[in-house]
Amino acid sequence: MTTNLSVDEKKDVYGVIGKNPLRHDGTDKVTGRAQYGADIRLPGMLYGAMLRSPHAHARILSIDTSKAEAYSGVRAVVTAKDLPDVESKIAELGEGTINLLHQSNNVMAKDKVLYFGHAIAGVAAINAHVAEEAAALIKVEYEVLPPVLDVRKAMQHDSPILLDGMRTDELGKKGDYPSNIAAHYQAQVGDVEKGFQDAAVIVEREFFTSMVHQGYIEPQNATAQHNPDGQITIWCSTQGAFGVREQVAEILQIPISKIRVIPMEIGGGFGGKIGVYLEPVVVLLSRKSGHRPVKMTMSRSDVLAATGPTSGSYVKVKMGADANGMIAAAQAMLAYEAGAYPGSPVGAGMGVIFAPYRIENALIDGYDVLVNKPRTAAYRAPGGTNAAFACESVIDELSEKLGMDPFDFRLLNGAKEGDRRVDGPVYDRIGFLETLEAAKNSPHYRAQLEGPNRGRGVAGGFWFNYGGKSSASVSVNSDGTVSLLTGSVDIGGTRTSVAMQLAEGLGIPAESIRPVVADTDSVGYTEGTYGSRTTFATGWAVYEVGKQLKEKLLERAATIWETELDQIRFEHGIFLFDDKQMTFAELASRLDETGGPVVASAAVRPEQSGPAFAAHIVDVEVDPETGKVQILRYTAVQDAGKAIYPDYVESQMQGGVAQGVGWALNEEYLYDDQGRLVNSSLLDYRMPVALDLPMIDTILVEVPNPGHPYGVRGVGEVPIIPPPAALVNAIYRAMGVRMNILPATPARVVAELNKQKG
Amino acid sequence: MPIVWIPSLLRDLTNGQKSLSIKGDTVRQVIENLEREYPGIKERLCDGDHMRPSISIVVDGHTSTLKLRHRLHESSEVHFVISISGGKS
Amino acid sequence: MNKKIRVQATINGEEFEFLCEPRQSLLEVLRETLGLTGAKEGCNNGNCGACNVILDGALVNSCLVLAVEIDGCNVTTIEGIATPQGLHPLQQKFIAHAALQCGFCTPGFIVASKALLDQIPNPSESEVRQWLAGNLCRCTGYDRIVRAVMDAAQSQEKTL
Repeated sequence: MTTNLSVDEKKDVYGVIGKNPLRHDGTDKVTGRAQYGADIRLPGMLYGAMLRSPHAHARILSIDTSKAEAYSGVRAVVTAKDLPDVESKIAELGEGTINLLHQSNNVMAKDKVLYFGHAIAGVAAINAHVAEEAAALIKVEYEVLPPVLDVRKAMQHDSPILLDGMRTDELGKKGDYPSNIAAHYQAQVGDVEKGFQDAAVIVEREFFTSMVHQGYIEPQNATAQHNPDGQITIWCSTQGAFGVREQVAEILQIPISKIRVIPMEIGGGFGGKIGVYLEPVVVLLSRKSGHRPVKMTMSRSDVLAATGPTSGSYVKVKMGADANGMIAAAQAMLAYEAGAYPGSPVGAGMGVIFAPYRIENALIDGYDVLVNKPRTAAYRAPGGTNAAFACESVIDELSEKLGMDPFDFRLLNGAKEGDRRVDGPVYDRIGFLETLEAAKNSPHYRAQLEGPNRGRGVAGGFWFNYGGKSSASVSVNSDGTVSLLTGSVDIGGTRTSVAMQLAEGLGIPAESIRPVVADTDSVGYTEGTYGSRTTFATGWAVYEVGKQLKEKLLERAATIWETELDQIRFEHGIFLFDDKQMTFAELASRLDETGGPVVASAAVRPEQSGPAFAAHIVDVEVDPETGKVQILRYTAVQDAGKAIYPDYVESQMQGGVAQGVGWALNEEYLYDDQGRLVNSSLLDYRMPVALDLPMIDTILVEVPNPGHPYGVRGVGEVPIIPPPAALVNAIYRAMGVRMNILPATPARVVAELNKQKG
Repeated sequence: MPIVWIPSLLRDLTNGQKSLSIKGDTVRQVIENLEREYPGIKERLCDGDHMRPSISIVVDGHTSTLKLRHRLHESSEVHFVISISGGKS
Repeated sequence: MNKKIRVQATINGEEFEFLCEPRQSLLEVLRETLGLTGAKEGCNNGNCGACNVILDGALVNSCLVLAVEIDGCNVTTIEGIATPQGLHPLQQKFIAHAALQCGFCTPGFIVASKALLDQIPNPSESEVRQWLAGNLCRCTGYDRIVRAVMDAAQSQEKTL
């Protein structure tokens, strides 16, 4: 099931990391005791519901809330009128930025509705049913406008325009005329014209992908209490409590000192629970209702229609190689749907598309394009999967034309330390070649695949991984345990992977750490759980506090033994002086007599997050009559740097694969010609179930990241990058058709097979 | 002197040159000196006193958190790359 | 206001009596009236399994059962799976196999798996996947869940 190929010489020396202790929150989660956002109940609590737009594109002429306000059981109704005016200014939210006007308008529409499901008004009532009924009584007059639903049509001069003031931005230079193209980006190196002239083989293809959703099983939720003294408390399922605090502060123009955000347990995020949707509304409703707590949860159809799926896209790739298989030139054009407001991840797509390869001549153009669909949000390696789908398919075709094994082609061209990325920076120590070798030598790749309609596909992948700000505070308990506060919401086991790094530093078991995910009043600023950053960056924070704790405890030991500090040694959790020794727990019981409590805290912002590379192998069998693709075998290979908590690293890989499979074979947003989402249920937005997947094998490669004390690289995002390309490459080898549209649904596969038959 | 790599959309301002040796102890000084030689480039990179939100500064291969205040050494390489979300909006 | 109806039922071995409106689902009453928040709302229309409970021995989506329907019935929710002696083997194995990440779908899976093992004590991998096809998980890719269920089945067999 899982193999570990580590280049780390120290791997046998670690006491805690690299093992699999039971996660600290396991019992709560298997017994239903863990409290997720919607589980909260407060005295006097009201329930909220939203009114949402039935139109994809319309001007709002008037909103009449009187019947809703008069409805029995209703305590408050709010619209965009209750939101303060904000300028079209960019607010710094830590590393990311948002346009405040767009964020505010997305929370509740002001002059225009820009997508089916766009929120218009919020209602608070004695129960959710009454709130829904009242919301339906709000009368809105619209001037319906033609919807823009195709990314390429949206780019044309004669397209209806979503935002009147929008001009195409080219690194600070604004275009002259209104456009749905919010931005044009470019990266360029060498001379592609010459490169293509020198190429022996060239492949040029277009690719189309659909908007897809993160698909977390837990819908968005938020509960707010606005006190008469102006203090606000928010309970919600979020990937980052500090980010929620900042966004609410900016949207409602309230100082952050008045806002406390308490993150509840979260039922999946994948990037979709970073931006706020409900939080500002429940705060307003709480205030307007006479300061009662208000809880709102989203229905599944609202989640699909009106949160933040990721971009559908059009990507064109042209790549040429010489007769030996060396890439001579590569060119790409990426047009990504931003949805209703600017901010698609096309920039990241441009960074990912050729990143695993050493290319001297390349030109990449990217376009961020508005369409009448929900404003896109991050989805696990945002922008990357669309790009890799295109590039890794073209590479497959090129290697076939050259008669090369697809891993050999990648090994020949693969980037390594010292190589320069197309967008400029030079790589540090990376593990792509090691990952490819491990994949090529894997039992899966060496096994023969036999039988009709069966084929094997491979693909590579890259993700940047992010650093960002993390804080941690610790205190030593008298029984030898250590209480650890971090601000990192635990979505997939990170309270333990972080606790393990502290335990390692102190030489005590992971079970001796008591990790707590703290609210915005209780720990230093911490960015959210995203960007594959938590085990890396919050790990750095606990490494720093671990060092501080050791210093302080050594002084206490010196006090007890009445000697000099430099006489004390600390090894594997034991303090040593002469022939005397004391365990960590023994010293902890004596803090009172040596000066009192021992605490420490740290805040970090590490820059060297270390990119991750992956290589996936999949065997499929295609039913020629129905086009259904069955996955026979899947192996995901990935460089984790150093796997702190291996079971959970593998779990991230398996989860990313499963989402990639859904993206490749079944998931898509279906809009009618009026721009209404017609498949906004989990029956018709078809995500993989247990029957759709086999066991997912994993191979961990460990090329340590020089930017982390234990060599950690982020692992959560890169596994979603290769699956679509790996699958379409497998379908090609099974049936001889290259799918260039995602999802490669059974109907689309059959259509291609029929075309092939002629 | 640090080397600054010029984004392709701005090379019409630098007579087509892709990388330039520019004096400066910090990224801010380098941009000021770049502006002196190639007027108009600063307002493409910066919005007032900060970098444009769509641009990240990469120094010696790593995204800078200090941005304009990042101290450079003699052999530093500075790139202006498109900001990526990194799993966040 | 809708007239409320009195319902009596046995939930996790305890007698409950409550008032509810006819339009309220069992899921809503469990969570909002009775404080049993282990069953989760993922979709509210029977497509994700996060709300699974066992009703008179049958596995159901509690979002598709009206609360008034359980009058006189026996219900087992996730809160009733562990015993005073400790965690059920399924719960132990889920933790041991790291068969959960965010944990939101886990109550539904454990209830569904218990219903499976009550019917088929030693299921094959494909029987497990078939039975659990009504439970959506977005985090794990199902591999570890299937392993946990089969391991729990084996360990239960041993103690029989």
